[in-house]
Amino acid sequence: MKSLSAVQVGDRVTVNSIEGDDDIAVRLLEMGLVPGVELTIVGCAPLGDPIEIELIGYRLSLRKTEASRVLLTD
Amino acid sequence: MSLEQQTQSIAVALIGNPNTGKSTLFNALSGVRQRTGNYPGVTVEKKHGTFRIGDKSIELIDLPGSYSLAPRSPDEMVAVDVLLGRLPAERKPQAVLVILDAGNLERNLYILSQVLELRLPTIVALNMIDVAQDKGVTVDAPLLAQRLGVPVLETRANHGAGVQQLREALAHIAAQSPPEYTSPFPPAFREEVAGLQGKMVASNVSAPRYLVERLLLDTSGYLEKELELGGDNFHQTIEEARARLKESGVPVPAVEAMSRYAWVRETLNGVVQRKPVAPPLSDRIDRVMTHPILGSFFFAILMLTVFTAVFSEYIAGVPMSGIEWLFETIGGLVGDSMAEGPFRSLLVDGVIAGVGGVLVFLPQICILFFFIAILEDCGYMARAAYLMDRLFSNVGLSGKSFIPLLSSFACAIPGVMATRVIENRRDRLTTMMIAPLMSCAARIPVYVVMIAAFVPYYSFAGGLLNSHALTFAGMYLVGIFAAVLVALVLKKTLLRGATPPFVMELPSYKWPSLTTVGLRVFEKGWSFIYRAGTLIFASSVLVWAAAYYPHNDAAVATWTPRLAEVETELAQATEPAQIEELEAEQGDLEHHIAGAYLRDSFLGRAGQWVEPVVRPLGWDWRIGCATIASFPAREVIIGTLGVIYDLGGEEDEASIPLREKLKSATWDGTDRPVYNLPVALSVMVFFALCAQCAATLAVIKRETNSWRWPIFTFVYMTLLAYCGAFIVYRIAAFFTTTPIVSV
Repeated sequence: MKSLSAVQVGDRVTVNSIEGDDDIAVRLLEMGLVPGVELTIVGCAPLGDPIEIELIGYRLSLRKTEASRVLLTD
Repeated sequence: MSLEQQTQSIAVALIGNPNTGKSTLFNALSGVRQRTGNYPGVTVEKKHGTFRIGDKSIELIDLPGSYSLAPRSPDEMVAVDVLLGRLPAERKPQAVLVILDAGNLERNLYILSQVLELRLPTIVALNMIDVAQDKGVTVDAPLLAQRLGVPVLETRANHGAGVQQLREALAHIAAQSPPEYTSPFPPAFREEVAGLQGKMVASNVSAPRYLVERLLLDTSGYLEKELELGGDNFHQTIEEARARLKESGVPVPAVEAMSRYAWVRETLNGVVQRKPVAPPLSDRIDRVMTHPILGSFFFAILMLTVFTAVFSEYIAGVPMSGIEWLFETIGGLVGDSMAEGPFRSLLVDGVIAGVGGVLVFLPQICILFFFIAILEDCGYMARAAYLMDRLFSNVGLSGKSFIPLLSSFACAIPGVMATRVIENRRDRLTTMMIAPLMSCAARIPVYVVMIAAFVPYYSFAGGLLNSHALTFAGMYLVGIFAAVLVALVLKKTLLRGATPPFVMELPSYKWPSLTTVGLRVFEKGWSFIYRAGTLIFASSVLVWAAAYYPHNDAAVATWTPRLAEVETELAQATEPAQIEELEAEQGDLEHHIAGAYLRDSFLGRAGQWVEPVVRPLGWDWRIGCATIASFPAREVIIGTLGVIYDLGGEEDEASIPLREKLKSATWDGTDRPVYNLPVALSVMVFFALCAQCAATLAVIKRETNSWRWPIFTFVYMTLLAYCGAFIVYRIAAFFTTTPIVSV
């Protein structure tokens, strides 16, 4: 399954699930990355990491290592 | 309501997401009647504010900004403990005030759904409605209030709008019944919670329903330890419950976020209207600010502007010369109007020179915090952290370390306190350990005096660059370079661990609130003045006393008889040539006597005792003295050097600037000057890297709750400073072909 770390700036994607059940997974879920949520990739910092996304009306930044835990619906 | 209840004060907890204007609302509600402290055992600030409305007094308890009430560490547990009345140090709030960002309701309602489960009378402040409108978001507040079953009030805390209405609503809130509540969780989960609670009651372990629910959800195991559920196989019971839930399609812990966000969507359906607007200004600004190239360029320009303002002769320089002039005038007036003796010496050489030398830096501190407060309040700081993250990840840290380290350029104390925004303990400790390596305002006097006196002035690139500015910048780079090395080493040894997550909100831009910025600057400025008036005042007096006493006449007995003879001869002398010769001898003798008094003083003895240690750095015992004396605070060294060379010099030298005194200082018994470029660089590098600041060590002790880290900081920084100074001294001596002081 494709993850959020492998998408292009400008893409609009839908969250399928979050991998794992540790603190990082809980944090991502709490911030609104729940299954079914749509998000847009807004941009990335110098050297391509971290990335900036927009979801449920706000902006969030996360590193690619965290983004790879966010699995997307094809 | 009975009369007794009417006179009681009502405790209300304030909670909400970060970046919702929570502190602005807290300040607007409680005004100046605030008290701050720390909750015992954790690094969470305890902030209380009080205000009166009608015949009632409301005590507002400000809880740390948070996205979720799901404690996984002692720090996160504080908010839950306060709300549930489980802290002995805090009264149980009778009501909760939840602040929501109107433009970002979906995510903000997450924590509200958790608060509603606590069954406390609740009131909602719908803040930043103006920012929301700019984003094309309108909120039907009456409908939201109806859906939630709690009062919802619109506020614009930064303009003070809606604050009075909120106060009045708070006055009646405690009398209200808690809101009707239906759990967002699926029935299977609720049954497991009930089952677990039943089992706990049977084993005489009591916990509120909310915590029982959290026990099932907290896969980190923190709560099980916190609630001391070691016995009775509770761990197994919980694991079994989770397994059963997973089988019936209810995954733990994901079920919480899924259920709550489903509840949020349902609650907000029809409440929030989004008009498609042209990309809001905030987004357009953000496109530039977070652009990989434009954003980095803007960031560089911004940092340059901040530092130029802080070190500019025209901005910070003007009030600084004013303060300098003031203290010189006071010193002159006091000196002229008093008879010579220990008391005048104490006032002029000790107190006025010592405290004045430090207060001079107040304008720079205020300017730096003015910029930091603006950048924080308008939402730029999160972008800076975002841009810098990659750089920090190279040394094993995250962009979140940027703000504490930037603050440390003014002063390490607020810098160490700002590390609280870093959730990960190892990252927080590493940042705390390297924060004192950032060149703070207290180092500026050391650099300024040494550079002005001993670094030759060359200007190049058409006057844009000069050797003084470059040396100054070099000292900052020495600190940053050392910080990178130390962070790398710490993250590979003592504080080794997995890279923590970097998941950070980038809040909408907004106009900074003048009140918030003003309060921040005032707070920082005042604490600096307070330090100058207490710690630095006290150490100036102590240093003076240590350098003046015992003032033993026996120590100067070699010269006093001859001085008396010279003075008698001088009174009788008539020939100009003879007078000149005698006067020269008199000056020489007085110099010897003053020097002998100092050498014999307590401070002098200590300095001579450390001289063998500091000789390899090119220092004489006076610099050793000054360094020992500046343990409480680096800036004291300037006052101390002033005191030492004032006492050690002739009386009429008291008025010349310190740098002239340093230039004329010689090694005892020779004409060889103490100071030259290598020695000046050695002193500067030592002070760039050393931990000569008792207040920073004290704040590290407070923040880490242990003596281990402040002691570690002091030891490693002192070693680093010594080695750095030694290397720089040798290299500079080699290149300037200056003879090295024999050891």
